[in-house]
Amino acid sequence: MQKKRKLVNYAKWGYIFILPFFVSFFIFSLIPLVDTIRYSFYEYYRSGIKEIGPNFIGMANYASLIQSDMLKYAGNTLILWLIGFIPQIVIALTLASWFVDVRMRIRCQQFFKVVIYLPNLIMASAFAMLFFTLFSKTGPVNSILMSLGVISEVIDFMRTAFGVRTLAGSMNFLMWFGNTTIMLMAAIMGISPDIFEASEIDGCNSTQRFFRITLPLIRPILAYTLITSIIGGLQMFDVPQILTNGQGNPDRTSMTLIMFLNSHLRSKNYGMAGALSVYLFIVSGILCFIVYKITNDDDPDGSKAAAKAKKKRGER
Amino acid sequence: MKKKLVSVLLAATVMTGTLVGCGGGSDAGDAAQSTDTQAASDAGSEDAGSVDAGSDAAGGDEGKVINIYSFNDELRTRITAVYSAIENTSDDGTVSTLNDGTEIHWVINPNQDGVYQDKLDEALLNQADAAADDKVDLFAAELDYIVKYTDANVDVAMPLSDLGINPDADLAEQFAFTKTVASDVNGVQRASTWQACPGVLVYRRDIAKEVFGTDDPVEIGKKTADWATMKTTAEELKAKGYYAFSCYADTFRTYANNIAGPWVEAGSTTIKVDQKIIDWVNDSKEWMDAGYFDPTVTGQWNADWFTAMSSSSKVFAFLFPAWGIDTQMVPNWDGEEGAWAVTNAPLPYNWGGTYLVAATGTDNPTHVKEIIMALTGNQDNLTKVAKEYTEFTNAQTVMDAAANGTEFNSAFLGGQNPYGYFADSLSSIKMAPLSSYDQGCVELIQNAFGDYLQGQIDYDTAKANFETAIKERYPEILEIQWP
Repeated sequence: MQKKRKLVNYAKWGYIFILPFFVSFFIFSLIPLVDTIRYSFYEYYRSGIKEIGPNFIGMANYASLIQSDMLKYAGNTLILWLIGFIPQIVIALTLASWFVDVRMRIRCQQFFKVVIYLPNLIMASAFAMLFFTLFSKTGPVNSILMSLGVISEVIDFMRTAFGVRTLAGSMNFLMWFGNTTIMLMAAIMGISPDIFEASEIDGCNSTQRFFRITLPLIRPILAYTLITSIIGGLQMFDVPQILTNGQGNPDRTSMTLIMFLNSHLRSKNYGMAGALSVYLFIVSGILCFIVYKITNDDDPDGSKAAAKAKKKRGER
Repeated sequence: MKKKLVSVLLAATVMTGTLVGCGGGSDAGDAAQSTDTQAASDAGSEDAGSVDAGSDAAGGDEGKVINIYSFNDELRTRITAVYSAIENTSDDGTVSTLNDGTEIHWVINPNQDGVYQDKLDEALLNQADAAADDKVDLFAAELDYIVKYTDANVDVAMPLSDLGINPDADLAEQFAFTKTVASDVNGVQRASTWQACPGVLVYRRDIAKEVFGTDDPVEIGKKTADWATMKTTAEELKAKGYYAFSCYADTFRTYANNIAGPWVEAGSTTIKVDQKIIDWVNDSKEWMDAGYFDPTVTGQWNADWFTAMSSSSKVFAFLFPAWGIDTQMVPNWDGEEGAWAVTNAPLPYNWGGTYLVAATGTDNPTHVKEIIMALTGNQDNLTKVAKEYTEFTNAQTVMDAAANGTEFNSAFLGGQNPYGYFADSLSSIKMAPLSSYDQGCVELIQNAFGDYLQGQIDYDTAKANFETAIKERYPEILEIQWP
């Protein structure tokens, strides 16, 4: 009797200690979240300083978003993300496998790790401002290229879709490849050295070792990197926003989904912005589900195929 | 039992600690829009309290804090220059103290990206519930969005007559059009300005001498008399390697200020794009292709544009009202004084103007009235502002005298007296009809057609982009009519 009561008491303290988090989450996250979804069914904006609405209009916001250029902006977001992600994952994988390779014995490893991580510490908007100045028509990049004789006429990077997208993409690459490298290094170091040793004894060269051993074994982490990067990419706005002054110039080719959302918030159009947020929420939700599935798979060698084969054989 | 008490106490301490942390965080987020005001007024009310205890409060039953919302330093410097009750201003320029102990709190947010209006709107919407010392008392509004605030239905701007100002008698010296645009549909004046903004053409004397053999404003004025003549002039400049203007945005206001009807009729949901705007697009395209604009400049208010005003630039002229010369050209010019001169623009136009608006619900009506009268109704002060800042002030008699005298000659303009040209421009201004959508329309049409003029997109895409952007900005707009 006595013993049982004590146990219950301990559990109670546990709940009390985690209560503050749930209370603040409820007030500052959950209520705004629910409100966002609720307002997405309403006509609710400000005209001048007069508030219009909220009037219930059902799915009209969702319908008009589908008819608008939303998909084009989704495409822009995807392109901007790809330009940043592809070099990021390639460079990060290469660096990570070099850094952990015992035979290469790279010196000053710690120093390089810090250096490649540094760009991530700068605020994205400050970084964008820096690039904006560097690549402006009268900026240093143009004057250096001119004086070297590489180009004969000033290049206006900000006026071509290619220029702006490349700049935004490479900024994202620079900011995130260090982070990815460190994550992948942790993954590679988690592989048992025995496997590498065994492969070397069997006469495996470094290319084979990378593609046959390292890559399959870090697959869950790779998948995680991919999905978090997509979700981060979906929310991309600071770099293109600053680079193009919020306009997504030229011809709205660098307007991302969140910049589109921001332009609705200029008129305090909570209804339309809410509907757009719900779309983004659904996409992110699906992606989260996928990453959850991948990381929870019961796969012996890290590959899905093997896991499926194992399941089929009924060895659970 | 004792143990239990201790643990309860401990838990409570931890919890309050965490909650306080949360509370702090929420405050920061919640009140982000008014942090600066709040912080300022918090500090202020303390100060005011101590003043109250020490000295006699001459303000009577008026509040201790006057909150003035503005989008840049201009208003503060002007008010400080003319309002004699101001004793001193703090070094960071956020608080000024009056001789009766009342404080002015300057709340300054930049115009860019609509930040100023966002913060002001937020404050005005909370006006009724705000504590007396947090209420907005006076705010600045530009001509582009003045209609939004003087609207009789929203009633955020106090009619001047409610303050005890009789516009017909007290502000009789003001130019008629500045009073018209500051009035609501019923003709009740709800704002007042110290400046009229007739635009002129400001040109480089050295380039004029080299290309035309003279820098005499009268001679140059003949070459810039209208757009047709201006084109010939631009051709001559181009032959010598100079550009007539820096970019297409510079000429926009001369067209946009001469539109026949408002962008949006009151109560309508249709934007009517005026023929004049289309003329601007077509003319600009022609000029752009002919090479009369500096190709490195792609818009106003950016580094390239400011560089075009410096001595290394090949740009012959800028189109500016008086404030542009003082606030844009003087700081960006790096050569000798006296290199510029003023003459008539190809088309008379008005660009901008900052209006003083008394916020409904102010707790300092007497001070607000004093400030408005000091800056916009006092002839001595308007003379002073004109002399000190080369402004074209809102005082007919003073400006007439300025145009004929020599005491208003400007060193920056090589000793020239520009007021004659300002006055000429003003007399032929046909003020464009305003609507509360002007700012968005003006900004977004320049953005959309900027891409077209740069050769990025074709004409129809630019039109479509403008329609998309304007509907995003103003959800109530349903249709756009092109001429």
